[in-house]
Amino acid sequence: MTDLLTPTFIAAFIIACLAGTVPLMLASIGETVGEQSGVLNLGIEGMMLMGAYFGYVVALTTHSTWLGMLGGLLAGAITSLVLLVLNVWLGLNQIVLGIAITAAGGGITTVLYDQIYSKTSPRIPTDNWKVPGLSDIPVVGHSLFSQPAMFWVSLLLAVIIAWFLVRTNWGLSIRAAGQKPSSLDAAGGSVMRTRSQAVLLGGMLSGLGGAYLSVLATNAFTPFMTNGLGYIAIVVTMLSRGKILRVVIVSLLYGLTIAVGTVLQLTSLDVPTDLITMLPYIVVMIVLLIFGRDVNNSPVLGAPYTRGAR
Amino acid sequence: MTTTDTSTESPDGITTEITPLEDEAELVTSRSSSGRRAIDIVVRSIVPIVLALIVAALILLALGKNPLQFYGAIIENGLVGQNWENSLVMMTPLLLVAIGLIVVFRGQLWNLGYDGQFLLGGVVVAGLAPQLIAATSPGIAYLVLTLAAIAVAAAWTIIPAWLKAFFGTNEIITTIVMSTIGVGLTNILIEYVFQNPAVRTPQSRAIDPGDMLPYIPGTQVPIGLIVALLVAVIFQFVLSRTSFGLRLDVFGSSAKAARHVGINSRTMTIVLFLISGGLIGLAASMDIFGQWGYMRTNWNPSYGNAIMPFVFLARLSPVGAIPFIAFYSVFATGGTIAAQESGVSVDFLQIVVALILVFMTVTEYVGTKRDLGQSYLPDELKDAMRKPLNALTGRMRK
Repeated sequence: MTDLLTPTFIAAFIIACLAGTVPLMLASIGETVGEQSGVLNLGIEGMMLMGAYFGYVVALTTHSTWLGMLGGLLAGAITSLVLLVLNVWLGLNQIVLGIAITAAGGGITTVLYDQIYSKTSPRIPTDNWKVPGLSDIPVVGHSLFSQPAMFWVSLLLAVIIAWFLVRTNWGLSIRAAGQKPSSLDAAGGSVMRTRSQAVLLGGMLSGLGGAYLSVLATNAFTPFMTNGLGYIAIVVTMLSRGKILRVVIVSLLYGLTIAVGTVLQLTSLDVPTDLITMLPYIVVMIVLLIFGRDVNNSPVLGAPYTRGAR
Repeated sequence: MTTTDTSTESPDGITTEITPLEDEAELVTSRSSSGRRAIDIVVRSIVPIVLALIVAALILLALGKNPLQFYGAIIENGLVGQNWENSLVMMTPLLLVAIGLIVVFRGQLWNLGYDGQFLLGGVVVAGLAPQLIAATSPGIAYLVLTLAAIAVAAAWTIIPAWLKAFFGTNEIITTIVMSTIGVGLTNILIEYVFQNPAVRTPQSRAIDPGDMLPYIPGTQVPIGLIVALLVAVIFQFVLSRTSFGLRLDVFGSSAKAARHVGINSRTMTIVLFLISGGLIGLAASMDIFGQWGYMRTNWNPSYGNAIMPFVFLARLSPVGAIPFIAFYSVFATGGTIAAQESGVSVDFLQIVVALILVFMTVTEYVGTKRDLGQSYLPDELKDAMRKPLNALTGRMRK
């Protein structure tokens, strides 16, 4: 067991943990904003895949991971327009649309990737930012303080969105649209505009999470690479009950299970790979069984708002 | 969410629960002549598919493929010659999964864990069938293992059903999570319990071809198809002509109303999930016994995703689903080969399914608004669009 505690090993553990955490955290924050406003975005998986693929394409062609992130963000935003127009504006069924977006996201990215990159499967060079001074610390310096710069931007985003949700009128409108849309309407706010903003922001963050996964965490795109991460994001959202800090913590827990899985694979123990992929889902189910019973979702979650309807 | 209580039973016993808006549409359409209504339903069901195929053709063009050739290859490989039999083989599990989904969807519950349920049911059959057939007879194995598959798949819905029934936990999420666990568990079972010692690739022992389900006389289609069609007819009857069907529809329209007439919503929730899982287990059994004979790891046909739009287009009617599922069976059977031939990823079919889903909701929306004589745009949206326009024109007048 002593060889498990070498500095390189611990550094690898931290890197795996953060690589698992950040994409999920970004997507979950997006989902949280959406669910707080009353929109259950079941298409998050498709949005993440679109973000992952187009982020990868942009990063490859422009040789810039920053533009890749932007590409992923825009791809996520454009994908979320489907939900925005058809659900928020026209009031069509969120669940059916979510399933459609997930199917389309998986289909479109796989067809395009097969067509263009499957023969060469190019990789994106790592682009880490060493925090001046701190990156010289042993172990932590090579892992935590040598993350892509986007890692710090993501944390900043989490803080900003948390602040906006709790401290501003905009955040209040979002939560009103999710708790009692008619009261927001009566107070002169627009449920449609509020929810549109929430869905768009959710799409951007999901796309960004997907792009982080492909461009920065794994340095390549593979078809269906999110592998259910979008659904995990929905669960994280559910467990966090609208608190961004909890989203970050629960995402970190998920990252830890991923890292433990990676570590188990590195050891000589014969652990089935499937058990490792199942691990976070089992944890989620246990957490739901123990704590999830009294999840108080937004009462109108999933219901389109029609003015004057009973 | 329920807007009206008029939707529980339309004259033909077919209810639609996709959106609350539709309830109003049904109210209106049932007033017009039945002939017009029938045409309307047919049009609304076919328009989304046609639109999806047109857009898919444009996507193929953009990918540099010839769509006519592609669709020709679908018909060629899905229908012509003996190929229609392959489509019918595929139809068996699709139809059974579809009925499994129809039952819960009618209760306004979402069972999206079909993949895990299907694979766990399948692995029980594939893993145990060779030994059981050797020890007893194929007939006993069919019966015992089909019941086992039904039981296992139904059991996999219990946790989500229980959480939903007693704590209101969102079943969409719990079924999906349980499904992922089921897929992983299936792989582990194949690799560590049912591994075929004769091969190195992770897969189960194969059922002897002679011990598979017998064919329908005169065809190469296993009798599983007859089972599926029978189940469709039985469930059509149960859902539209029995008190259980009525109670289910009341429960589906409003759990509150259901409580008033003495329907225990907890029991109902759990029963619906068990039936749904059971039917998906039956689908798995018929598919393994009829078509595959063994299972390998990471095999996931994901039938539930594929048939999702057709369940709604059939307006949650088991018999009504038959033509749609038949259409998709031809499309998928021929489409898989057409995709391989033209060098497009098979996941192209997924895009078509997604397009049908989107066009279905839009068609339904437009149709409802037209029936009600309402504007196609919601008031709030019109206001939002008018405001900047008014501001602009106001400024110009100044």
